[in-house]
Amino acid sequence: MTGGIAYELRGVGYRVGEATILRDVSLEIPYGRLLAVVGPNGAGKSSLLGILTGDLRPSEGAVALEGRPLHAYTARELARTRGVLLQSNQVAFAFTAYEVVEMGRAPWIGAREDDEPLIRDAIERADVAHLTDRAFSSLSGGERARVSFARVLAQDTRIVLLDEPTAALDLRHQEDVLALARGLARRGRAVVVVVHDLSLAAAYADEVAIIAGGRLVARGAPEDVMTAERIEAVYETPVRVLSDPDSGRPIVLPRRA
Amino acid sequence: MTAGVAPERSIRRRTVVYLATAILLAAGILLSAGLGQLPIAPQEVAGSLLRAVGIHTSWAPKDLLIEQTLWQIRFPRVVMALLVGALLSVAGAVMQAIFGNPLAEPGVVGVSSGAAVGAAASITLGLTAFGSWTTAILAFAGGLVTTILVYTTARAQGRTEAVTLILTGIAVNAFAGAALALLMFAGDTASREQIVFWQLGSMNGSRWPEVLIVAVVGAVAVAVALLLARQYDLLSLGDRTAAHLGVRVERLRVVSIVVVALMTGVAVAFVGIIAFVGLVVPHLVRMLLGPSARSLLIASFLGGGTLLVYADLLARTLVPSADLPIGILTSLIGGPFFYWLIRRSRRRAGGWA
Repeated sequence: MTGGIAYELRGVGYRVGEATILRDVSLEIPYGRLLAVVGPNGAGKSSLLGILTGDLRPSEGAVALEGRPLHAYTARELARTRGVLLQSNQVAFAFTAYEVVEMGRAPWIGAREDDEPLIRDAIERADVAHLTDRAFSSLSGGERARVSFARVLAQDTRIVLLDEPTAALDLRHQEDVLALARGLARRGRAVVVVVHDLSLAAAYADEVAIIAGGRLVARGAPEDVMTAERIEAVYETPVRVLSDPDSGRPIVLPRRA
Repeated sequence: MTAGVAPERSIRRRTVVYLATAILLAAGILLSAGLGQLPIAPQEVAGSLLRAVGIHTSWAPKDLLIEQTLWQIRFPRVVMALLVGALLSVAGAVMQAIFGNPLAEPGVVGVSSGAAVGAAASITLGLTAFGSWTTAILAFAGGLVTTILVYTTARAQGRTEAVTLILTGIAVNAFAGAALALLMFAGDTASREQIVFWQLGSMNGSRWPEVLIVAVVGAVAVAVALLLARQYDLLSLGDRTAAHLGVRVERLRVVSIVVVALMTGVAVAFVGIIAFVGLVVPHLVRMLLGPSARSLLIASFLGGGTLLVYADLLARTLVPSADLPIGILTSLIGGPFFYWLIRRSRRRAGGWA
């Protein structure tokens, strides 16, 4: 699992009617790395993630997953290859949090026998053990996000795609979720995370991809990519980039008059 | 899927509910077959049933009249009530799953009236293209067209707003009501009477060949619904997440719509419009067993059958020497229940929109 290339995007463009959402994005996503995708609102981050999940078909260019065209995969094959956490997580009817996590095992029914321990482990790692008996619909936004994250962990796929997993989370759980994501990458998985918090992205990601206006503006190690000039140009706001005294990773602060 | 902390407890609970409903159903069958203008003791009913499967007991009725009443009038009617109740409940549960909304029900959203228009057309226009299956097939077609109509209007961006769903139901029911009225206006006295009978719903005059059609079509539809149960659970996570877990969402919906139209159409074809069963039964089951689709479908099948067996018993015996249309009864109970459901969901944060 380590070493190889998960996704390969070649000149990917995505249009909806007249609007061009993504243009000419070429990107390799290797196993064993945590890639953070950052960029302003409406830059095309979620569309890029939609292309990776297979929800959106690119208008031009090609997407290969492990060397095979993405659209040649069956729904079941994809479900065993990549887990996806979306921004909004709602559940119709009063399923318990445990049942929701258990649904993450659905792609593996009949294929593997280790459901129960994987579910327990996912629940523990996402820190939702105290919520298992509660109805999902009765949980707070942050609790829903963590239970849904546990569902993705239980799916146990070699690729994990997370769309703003930290949006509704408090400080500690933001750190926890990204540390878990980094842990997955350390164990050989390919992890892609869309995040808004640039310092958070820089602290945990092996690589950062900056998207603006539908283009891939830069991609590389956080220290190399996240320069004050580039971030100011992309976000159109003055910033100061500091270096974390402990890790040396960039910290992005807006300049406030 | 089993509940988390104590799967054993939920399995036991499920078993208790299945068993209790089955016992209630068996008692209802014996009672309903026994009561009427010619009272027959429950052990005679049981004896006659046992004799039919080759077990001879001293209970078996010796009077030929009793035997004929049971096998030509009472049993087909009881079995029809059981099947129709079961199918409507399962149809309701499936519809709620694909709409992600507990208010979806064949009667409320107008699928039943659509099916009734199809059935009425075959009577008024005297269509016999498919022989004795004509009415059923046209009812199915009417149900299918309305289901697709409701589905395409009420869904936007992969979600169904409760309000849109109900409004669509109002429009569809109004249109189907007018179409039914038109068919009555155009038809002769005999077809008018038959159409009125459809609008009210009744098990009266059920015969074995009709019961057989309902049983065969229903068995296929219920089997398909049970096979899809796990996917219905995943669908409650939303279309995109369900797809990420391997569900082919569009195909699942199309198959389910056909299944709903089959169950509703065939039920409506022979007994008319019986509203609210598909709403009340799955809802009660969810309160008892939780929302997991597999147990929901099985318990709804049993519970719906039980409910209509008793409802039909009431319909036959409530007013002496008169056969109350069962649709009136279910609406009398179902209407207030529907109201309570709306009140209750409004009190809860977020409702279900």
